[in-house]
Amino acid sequence: MYNLIGAGLIVIGGGIGLGQIGGKAMEGIARQPEAAGKIQTAMIIIGALLEGLAFGALILGK
Amino acid sequence: MKISSLRIHFLAVISFLLIGSFASAQEHDVAEHHGGGAVDTQEEITEYTNHHLKDAHDFHLFSYTDAAGERQHVGFSLPVIVWSSNGLVSFMSSEFHHDTDGEVIVEANGSRFVNLHEHIYELEEGAEAVVMDEEHHPINAHKVFDISITKSVFGIILVGLLLLFWFGSLGRQYKKKNIPTGFGRALEPLVIYVRDEIARPNIGEFKYKKYMSFLLTVFFFIWVSNLLGMTPFGFNITGQIAVTVCLALFTFVIVQFSGNKDYWKHIFWMPDVPVIMKIILIPIELLGILTKPFSLLIRLFANITAGHVVVMGLIALTITLREQFGAVGSTGLSLVLTLFISLIEILVAFLQAFIFTMLSALFIGMAVAEHDHHHEHDAEGHEIDDVEDVRESFV
Amino acid sequence: MDQLLNDFSPGLFLMQAVILIILILLMKKFAWKPILNSLDEREQGIQGALEAAEKARLEMKNLQADNEKALQEARVERDAMLKDARDIRTKMIAEAEEDAKAQASKIITQAQEAIAAEKRAAVAELKSQVAALSLEIAEKVVKDELSDKKKQMQYVEKMLQDATLN
Repeated sequence: MYNLIGAGLIVIGGGIGLGQIGGKAMEGIARQPEAAGKIQTAMIIIGALLEGLAFGALILGK
Repeated sequence: MKISSLRIHFLAVISFLLIGSFASAQEHDVAEHHGGGAVDTQEEITEYTNHHLKDAHDFHLFSYTDAAGERQHVGFSLPVIVWSSNGLVSFMSSEFHHDTDGEVIVEANGSRFVNLHEHIYELEEGAEAVVMDEEHHPINAHKVFDISITKSVFGIILVGLLLLFWFGSLGRQYKKKNIPTGFGRALEPLVIYVRDEIARPNIGEFKYKKYMSFLLTVFFFIWVSNLLGMTPFGFNITGQIAVTVCLALFTFVIVQFSGNKDYWKHIFWMPDVPVIMKIILIPIELLGILTKPFSLLIRLFANITAGHVVVMGLIALTITLREQFGAVGSTGLSLVLTLFISLIEILVAFLQAFIFTMLSALFIGMAVAEHDHHHEHDAEGHEIDDVEDVRESFV
Repeated sequence: MDQLLNDFSPGLFLMQAVILIILILLMKKFAWKPILNSLDEREQGIQGALEAAEKARLEMKNLQADNEKALQEARVERDAMLKDARDIRTKMIAEAEEDAKAQASKIITQAQEAIAAEKRAAVAELKSQVAALSLEIAEKVVKDELSDKKKQMQYVEKMLQDATLN
């Protein structure tokens, strides 16, 4: 039961983080469309780092 | 000419392996074990999914019940090679008769083995059957060091052969002409992509060459393995924790061995901070060394596992929703949803390979980077963090 | 975590490690080295070709600039020559005019001088002839009149009358 609550919290946190990353990246691309490639790569990397964190927490809590 | 004859040869080997084994491996299985039996209930679906996610000692494609009411399994058996108390022992996995509950005891080389949820256990002296404790751990058997050609090992070898075949022929093409033709034309941009988008910007113009072999091999290995997991053969190579641990360990070892003086200095005596902070930072940085490969291996494993679970769950809709939507409705729904999620999984297959390679390159780049501590200052005199610092603070 | 540790198979790990090392080595020898080398070669070739093209373009540009310069110089020279010629022409015309004028005025002066000289000569001759004539007349008159007093007087008077008329 507590595991599930923890997993939910992780997903909420991760979701907020991913949303922030994606949103800011979109803003950045909208402001500077010519830098879209670089922003995208950076976004994916940061997203992956966040994902690693969330997955790590999920697996450790399981 | 050489290439085409080699291709035929290669295909012949593969098809011989598959067809030949199908013919010989059809066998009878009287008992209705779960894992081998028909899948109907929620529990059986969960069990089937879990079974798929695990490594297996035989190559099982599908099962059906024939006219005589007997379960027929289509697939082929793979060799089991274990290091037991009597030395190296090998036998074919067909001797277990698709049993994964530790009921069938195989005797080989003076040792007796059971297959318990795809882990090979060696029975201790005098034991006649596996005895479990309350937590379903056997008390009269112990795990053996299992270097069998399991389904995953088979898949790894297959991926390796595919890569060798594809890129080997691409490499040979350059001897005769400058521009590759055929399939090589699709592979070449991928190699250039890994070099120009992953290795060069992250490791640096002058040092990237040394790591290209590792990065390219790992990139294509993960990608092809991920895609192989999308095929109906039921491979789940990159969803095996041992495989991702191994891949991440390679990155870890390479990073530690290519770390220069600056890298170690940043770990054990962080420059530009007060002495107390230096001491506090040492354990944090040491932990960081370990968390980097850990996040690498967990990310790959979890993504692929999650993908397989979702795909299998959606396929299982055809069973779970049969009562609500009828056979056609539930199958249609399952088909549409599975198709949709499979497209995403194909993207994820590439993305995970890309991210694994990208982060490996990033970690290597951080280890070999020449730091200079003359940071640029902007107009107001604030320090502008360079990319390296930003990345470091994230990892 | 327990589940994961339980699922971790050291055998699979070993197999993967061994196969991966072998794969990396084989791929390095048979695939990555030739591929990356020829990619590098090709890129260097392209780079070289681009540089050569750029060089050729620059040379072409220089050549064109040279041509342009020569053309410009020629044009300037031509203009100068034309200007010189025009100057010479005007000068020549002016000189000729000047000459002609001088010549003309000289001729006129000479003519005038000649006329004046003729005139003077004519006047002188006329004077001498008048003098001779006068003498002759005087002689005759004297001869005549010396014979007749009255007549003498008459004649002188008449002569004088004539002289005033003259």
